[in-house]
Amino acid sequence: MNLERRKFIRYSILVSLGSAVGVPVVYANNLPEGLDLVGLKEDLITKFPGKSDAMTVLNDRPINMETPAHLLNDDLTANDLFFVRNNGLPPHKVDVNSWTLTIEGESAKTKKVYTIEELKSKFETVSYQLTLECGGNGRKEFNPPAKGNQWSTGAVGCAKWTGVRLKDVLSDVGVKSNAVYLGYYGADTHLSGDASKDPISRGVPISKAMEDESMIAWSMNDRDLPKLNGYPLRLVFGGFPASCSGKWLEKIVIRDQVHDGQKMKGSSYRTPCSPVPPGAKVEDKDMCIIENMPVKSLITYPRTGATIKVDQELPLAGHAWTSANEITKVEYSIDFGMNWTTCKLDPSANKYSWQNFSTKVRFPEPGYYEVWARATDIDQNTQPILLPGWNPKGYLNNACHRIAVKIEA
Amino acid sequence: MEHHDFETDGLWRSFLTLLHVAIVLVLLGLVFALSEKTINEYLNRPTFSKEHLEESLRKRGIARAVERQDDWGLIENGIHVKTGLKNDENLQLIISSCTSCHSAKLITQNRATRSGWRQMIEWMQATQGLPDLGQAEPKILDYLAKHYAPEQIGRRANLNMAEIEWYILNLEETE
Repeated sequence: MNLERRKFIRYSILVSLGSAVGVPVVYANNLPEGLDLVGLKEDLITKFPGKSDAMTVLNDRPINMETPAHLLNDDLTANDLFFVRNNGLPPHKVDVNSWTLTIEGESAKTKKVYTIEELKSKFETVSYQLTLECGGNGRKEFNPPAKGNQWSTGAVGCAKWTGVRLKDVLSDVGVKSNAVYLGYYGADTHLSGDASKDPISRGVPISKAMEDESMIAWSMNDRDLPKLNGYPLRLVFGGFPASCSGKWLEKIVIRDQVHDGQKMKGSSYRTPCSPVPPGAKVEDKDMCIIENMPVKSLITYPRTGATIKVDQELPLAGHAWTSANEITKVEYSIDFGMNWTTCKLDPSANKYSWQNFSTKVRFPEPGYYEVWARATDIDQNTQPILLPGWNPKGYLNNACHRIAVKIEA
Repeated sequence: MEHHDFETDGLWRSFLTLLHVAIVLVLLGLVFALSEKTINEYLNRPTFSKEHLEESLRKRGIARAVERQDDWGLIENGIHVKTGLKNDENLQLIISSCTSCHSAKLITQNRATRSGWRQMIEWMQATQGLPDLGQAEPKILDYLAKHYAPEQIGRRANLNMAEIEWYILNLEETE
């Protein structure tokens, strides 16, 4: 176990102990260094700072956890239920007062450094409801299987983010006309402990960075960002794979070429430029960076496995989201896709917010049913029933969500 | 008389002043006596002991994990409890080769053919600093290809009936 890992484990336990016994972390800091937490093994950390026990943990090093579908039923995803996709180890000491964001790069007119206080005072504070979804959400279903965290349906959430518009800050720095891409660097560290390696350093095309809803955020649902979701500062880009939304944000580079940081190359967050048969070997040069995420929906009520009587109506609810301007229709089917019925659909709070859908469903006779949901966006994109195009790393699975329901006499 | 009265008056005043001072002192003493326990408790507050920590962890409902830490080699139903890996003669080799760098969950949740697992090892060697595995590599690949091979699920698998927990949905509350 390397030193950074030890420190992080120690830190996580101290944090959870802090909240467990209702004392601030400073009390836990009295813990003598040599005690080594009574020889606690890393797998004893079944609790993660700021996260609900109800999360499904896919990996504890780095921490990756998703939210069971029925716990995403709220209009906005609570901070302790928001999924975590970490590539490295989060910084174990964060001083929000001395934290700085540096903006520089080949296509930056100047280099500027901002404290969080300066960001707050210098630029307009804005809030947006933005959906973040991991590019690999749904990977578990691909066949042949794709390597990596086997996300099922819960690497998605929608929160109210508060911060400043990225474009306001970029304009203050000055963006040269040859700017192509924006890259980020965070304070998280590589799993190997090698300080020269970045766990992840991705970004977005400059046009995406300049959208109104592209943010540098310090708050999630009117509270500090959770430690595992980037505290104290992060990027938030709705509609793009969540890996673009850099956490523990320390530096932004304005590039005159496509950013070439960690996980921008190879098969990471890239899919074949042209469709390939399942299981194909695809050369790096034939892989293209994922930009817009596909239209998708999730049934969040009831939890799969619900049993009701044949004379009862089943309330059905969920969310639908897209990288297009808005969702225009959500339908459900109880007969394996032969017939589809339209649900009630709420308007979007803003672009990239998920939209709630709901309806009541009657079943004709006792038996086993599956309820399937399918969303359509304003550009007429909809969801496949089978898996969409196979790709080596299993990204972009937007096949319709299915729950099982049993109807009794 | 007036002079005498004056003197008596002065003595009386001095006595009253002394009495006040005494009362204040007694009160201060009482306050100190009452808070001494608290102050001492604060000064001698317990440092983190193993028991204290375990109690805190137990409060958080993870007592099982604490108790289980001694069962390093425990195998239940063919599964190594500590890591969740399937047990066979190469288990220790897998634990020592893989889990010093990453979670065993990264193995148990993935499925691949022998060549697919080899590609992952090559990727770790190329990008994550994994050294050459030498003679251990074929054994590691045997283990992975045997226990974590892909299943033929077609274009989309059925919902996993074994995973579904059936429950009666109480609609009274929502209606």
